[in-house]
Amino acid sequence: MPDSLLFGTEVLLNGLMAGVLYALVALGFVLIFKASGIFNYAQGVMALFAALTLVGIMEGQVPFSHLINAAFGTDIHHFGWHVPALVAIIITMVVMVFLAWAVNHFVMRHLVNQEPIILFMATIGLAYFLEGFGDLMWGSDIKKLDVGLPQGGSFWIEENTQWLGFGNENFYGFFLDKLDLVATVIAAILVAALVIFAQYTKQGRAMRAVADDHQAALSVGISLNFIWIMVWSVAGFVALVAGIMWGAKSGVQFSLSLIALKALPVLMLGGFTSIPGAIVGGLIIGVGEKLFEFAIGPYIGGATENWFAYVLALIFLVFRPQGLFGEKIIERV
Amino acid sequence: MLDSGRTEETLLEVNNIEVIYNHVILVLKGVSLSVPKGGITALLGGNGAGKTTTLKAISNLLHSERGEVTKGSIMYRGANTQGLDPAAMVKTGVIQVMEGRHCFEHLTVEENLLTGAYTRSNSADIARDLEMVYTYFPRLNERRKSQAGYTSGGEQQMVAIGRALMSRPETILLDEPSMGLAPQLVEEIFTIVKDLNEKEGATFLLAEQNTNVALRFAHYGYILESGRVVMDGPAKELRENPDVKEFYLGMSDEGRKSFRDVRSYRRRKRWLS
Ligand SMILES: Nc1ncnc2c1ncn2[C@@H]1O[C@H](COP(=O)(O)OP(=O)(O)OP(=O)(O)O)[C@@H](O)[C@H]1O
Ligand SMILES: [Mg+2]
Repeated sequence: MPDSLLFGTEVLLNGLMAGVLYALVALGFVLIFKASGIFNYAQGVMALFAALTLVGIMEGQVPFSHLINAAFGTDIHHFGWHVPALVAIIITMVVMVFLAWAVNHFVMRHLVNQEPIILFMATIGLAYFLEGFGDLMWGSDIKKLDVGLPQGGSFWIEENTQWLGFGNENFYGFFLDKLDLVATVIAAILVAALVIFAQYTKQGRAMRAVADDHQAALSVGISLNFIWIMVWSVAGFVALVAGIMWGAKSGVQFSLSLIALKALPVLMLGGFTSIPGAIVGGLIIGVGEKLFEFAIGPYIGGATENWFAYVLALIFLVFRPQGLFGEKIIERV
Repeated sequence: MLDSGRTEETLLEVNNIEVIYNHVILVLKGVSLSVPKGGITALLGGNGAGKTTTLKAISNLLHSERGEVTKGSIMYRGANTQGLDPAAMVKTGVIQVMEGRHCFEHLTVEENLLTGAYTRSNSADIARDLEMVYTYFPRLNERRKSQAGYTSGGEQQMVAIGRALMSRPETILLDEPSMGLAPQLVEEIFTIVKDLNEKEGATFLLAEQNTNVALRFAHYGYILESGRVVMDGPAKELRENPDVKEFYLGMSDEGRKSFRDVRSYRRRKRWLS
């Protein structure tokens, strides 16, 4: 088989794996947007906050230690214990649920019936608050996150795909990163679980009902506060998983919050209200940007991954503003 | 003629309530009414009379509209229900079908009906009630998998009523079921309401502008005007009352007028003659 085809396939596989992660982050947005019409600008910072909290708990860091030390003249930093990854993940999830409650209790429930732009601005405020709060709680240094996910390339896949070259001597088998593989599998499971939750469970149905008509939802006895806390918790969970994947790959630092920027073109492509749209959009962008970089990048100086997704999304917006699968706006007279 | 299902037991009692929106707009100025178990009670009146506001005060949906009951009391089965949230009200057995067929557009007809059972948990009972709703609304059975947003206005009204039934309510507050529907469909829907009342023993408090239809199907009626009850009585008597005939049943050729104009109107007539 010719080189370009083989390498192109490898690029495609990598693109699909990146795409699943994009889809996961985008789903965090879609759920909140569906249930409350809020475009949650803070989604990326939530991932950063989740990852910071996870590292802090695993390392036995004392939260707010700077503040405590400054106030009482003490010099404490660590409790001196280490918490196993799984336990720390569970505790972090509890923190994220508490965060969801606080967001709803102190901010969002006071803004019911407000214009979408006001809700959006509230989430901008939330993003900056959470960024500062995360710093204050856990410090702003770059942290390493190691929850025991495998690292490096998978030799097994490399060895077992070499035959696909059919005698091509330049081909040593597909090179795929183990962490990417694990992340893909976890993200795919999570995406499937979210779809099942939204489509086939009682609370998922209630969430969609609230999204359609919150007055009518109230009238049948659905508690809006409960549903909103629930979707913010789910978004917190998605943020935690995304934070773990990215954090394990490139450390926990501010740039982690920029993964949200990867989700934006996915949403433009897939539609802000569509769960299948987020999945397909994520895959298209993941594959598209990798293939574009591989095939055309070298001729135009590379680094196309930063902007390709946006250009693709913009082209899409022009022809199909509601996105690929965006719910058709039902209008009856 | 339809007094069969009616009993003397009072389920719901509204005592002299006042409702204010946004802290300033006084909309209900002392409304009292009582709803007997097993009856169809009609709440009549023109645009802006306060029918919807009265129903929302009962189901506790006023809060989300910045409205507030500032005086009077609302009792259900002898207990004050004003502090309850809408969900608790549904569990108590009172559910409102909102004006203008609020169905969940992107959910299928069947999903819409199932959301009505949100406060319940026994899935066998829920499945049985779903079949019950389909026997009363065979049209919905045909369209169970369609997105509700794409069904007709009449079907959407049926979805809204069927969804309320799924909560196993004792009392249904039905707000203007005839709105925007062709006369034949209005007839169909009211017939189903009557059936539900007689066969399932459901109690209805029905807000309607369509006095004619409402008084044919109801047992008792209240006429509301500018936030006050101006007249009440058995449906039969109201149907025969000359003023109701003239001002609400369209049996005068001068068009509809308000009761408040009645006195001056009569005076004018006397003066002219
Ligand atoms: N949310 C609100 N805020 C302020 N005023 C309101 C609100 N809802 C209703 N009103 C006012 O209260 C009065 C009564 O309204 P209501 O909806 O109860 O009337 P209705 O009898 O149901 O009328 P219709 O037959 O048109 O539905 C109207 O004057 C209306 O403008
Ligand atoms: Mg009304």
